[in-house]
Amino acid sequence: MSDNKASLYERIGGEAAVNAAVELFYRKVLEDHRINRFFSNTNMDEQIAKQKAFFTMSFGGPNSYTGTDMRNAHAPLVKKGLDNSHFDAVMEHLGATLTELKVPGALIAEAAAIAESVRNDVLGK
Amino acid sequence: MKKIVLDEQVMTCQSGESLLDTLLHNGVDIAYSCRQGVCQSCMVRSLAGAPPAMSQRGLKDVRQQQNYLLACQCYPEHDMEIALNAQSAFFTEATVAAKAMLNAETVLLTIQCQKPLDFYAGQFVKLQRADGLTRSYSIANSRLHTTKLTFHVRRLPNGQFSEWAHDELQIGDTLKVSEPQGLCFYLPDRPTQNLLLIGTGSGLAPLAGIISEALQQGHSGELHLFHGSRTAAGLYWIDEMQDLERQHLNFHYTPCVSNGTAPAGFAAGRANEVAIQALPKLKDWRVYLCGHPDMVNQAKFQVFLKGASSTDIYADAFHVTPNLSPVIDKSS
Ligand SMILES: Cc1cc2nc3c(=O)[nH]c(=O)nc-3n(C[C@H](O)[C@H](O)[C@H](O)COP(=O)(O)OP(=O)(O)OC[C@H]3O[C@@H](n4cnc5c(N)ncnc54)[C@H](O)[C@@H]3O)c2cc1C
Ligand code: HEM
Repeated sequence: MSDNKASLYERIGGEAAVNAAVELFYRKVLEDHRINRFFSNTNMDEQIAKQKAFFTMSFGGPNSYTGTDMRNAHAPLVKKGLDNSHFDAVMEHLGATLTELKVPGALIAEAAAIAESVRNDVLGK
Repeated sequence: MKKIVLDEQVMTCQSGESLLDTLLHNGVDIAYSCRQGVCQSCMVRSLAGAPPAMSQRGLKDVRQQQNYLLACQCYPEHDMEIALNAQSAFFTEATVAAKAMLNAETVLLTIQCQKPLDFYAGQFVKLQRADGLTRSYSIANSRLHTTKLTFHVRRLPNGQFSEWAHDELQIGDTLKVSEPQGLCFYLPDRPTQNLLLIGTGSGLAPLAGIISEALQQGHSGELHLFHGSRTAAGLYWIDEMQDLERQHLNFHYTPCVSNGTAPAGFAAGRANEVAIQALPKLKDWRVYLCGHPDMVNQAKFQVFLKGASSTDIYADAFHVTPNLSPVIDKSS
């Protein structure tokens, strides 16, 4: 980092924050009938690892994903009908999870903005 | 500069270089992705001692115990000997010491190993017949016995190994036994934690090992065992488990029958469904799931949604696909 301000990832609590968020988030997703079909037919341990990647990325933490990776990772879901409404549902759970963990609102807004920035890639637009 | 040994290959790891880079430079075909210790694709195992602590961050406690590590986060502090996956080629010799029927389809097989096995209760070994036919079976006893191991082998129609173990294997015959494997085992590190154990059929084997280990270690949390089968005839050790229940106030046993109406004293329904109905929230519980792969996979989600943390869910699905075993050439 070139500036002296700590990254969002560090300010939000790093890996420990990711670990705390993943399970809360994943339970919400699995219980949400609007989107759980995208997550159901899978190996749970792999899914947890992918949610970890999701949060690390949304917190601006260490990851090597590019827009193209996001396109490719979600392309099969777009084929199954993934659209803006599903993306909005995920954003809802992201916000609710961080609120539940008592993350300050300003940091939640930063994380939401990072996630929002890949909307077109995720939806293959 | 550290020496890295992988099977027959000897490599050099420069200082400041990660183990993953050393392996890649030397043409080792290892999976990797994020290089940040997040995706866990590049997990390997140290065969000679504990790896650097940083390389184990984020791994399940049972994996840490078994010296697994993430190659991308490993900057070797000593020479290392590693294996790319959990399969290990070390087999020891054993002799069949006893055979007894547990029910019409399950035999209790006792073997005497030449060398003590360093296992954790709940782990499995690969048993190998003289011609190389190999199958996984869970150790059903606690660590009290490390040379005398017991197994519950269920007969499958036309099952190569299980029919042979039932019909042909004799007391005094020899078998080969692999190193103990698997991550579904008991650690005595949190003795007050409540344990939920769900098994179908011979899935009781590892759970029985875990239960006796935990009780011997003085586990003080509650232990709830749900053992299921289609009919009452598919269950076994009912009296033994009820005796254990009388001896230990913190042990609770529920036999479950999923077909038709359940006889008195049995719960009606699949073991995982009965367990989920019977128990309140599972937050902070540790869960062991063994047996039929469909039950195991379904129960993982059920207990997770009831509050169990994914890092507290341990499972062995008894997949019957005979993969990894050598193809037997019938013509030779
Ligand atoms: C981690 C682990 C732990 C295990 N622990 C235990 C245990 O404690 N106790 C226990 O009893 N088992 C256990 N198992 C299962 C065990 O390893 C064997 O898979 C099981 O005993 C069957 O082996 P087999 O050689 O008798 O049957 P196989 O010859 O492998 O056949 C299995 C079944 O599939 C059918 N089948 C095989 N091939 C085909 C085909 N091509 N088309 C259609 N059907 C086919 C057979 O008829 C048979 O019914 C465990 C498995 C795992 C992975
Ligand atoms: C909000 C922005 C999003 C981000 C930053 C994001 C990020 C990620 C990342 C990093 C992965 C892992 C990729 C891999 O390593 O293979 C992933 C996978 C996945 N994502 Fe997203 N995601 C987003 C939105 C969504 C939405 C809206 C859905 C569905 C409703 C979704 C469903 C999935 C699924 C099911 C997988 C796993 C795919 C697989 O199993 O291969 N994601 N996502």
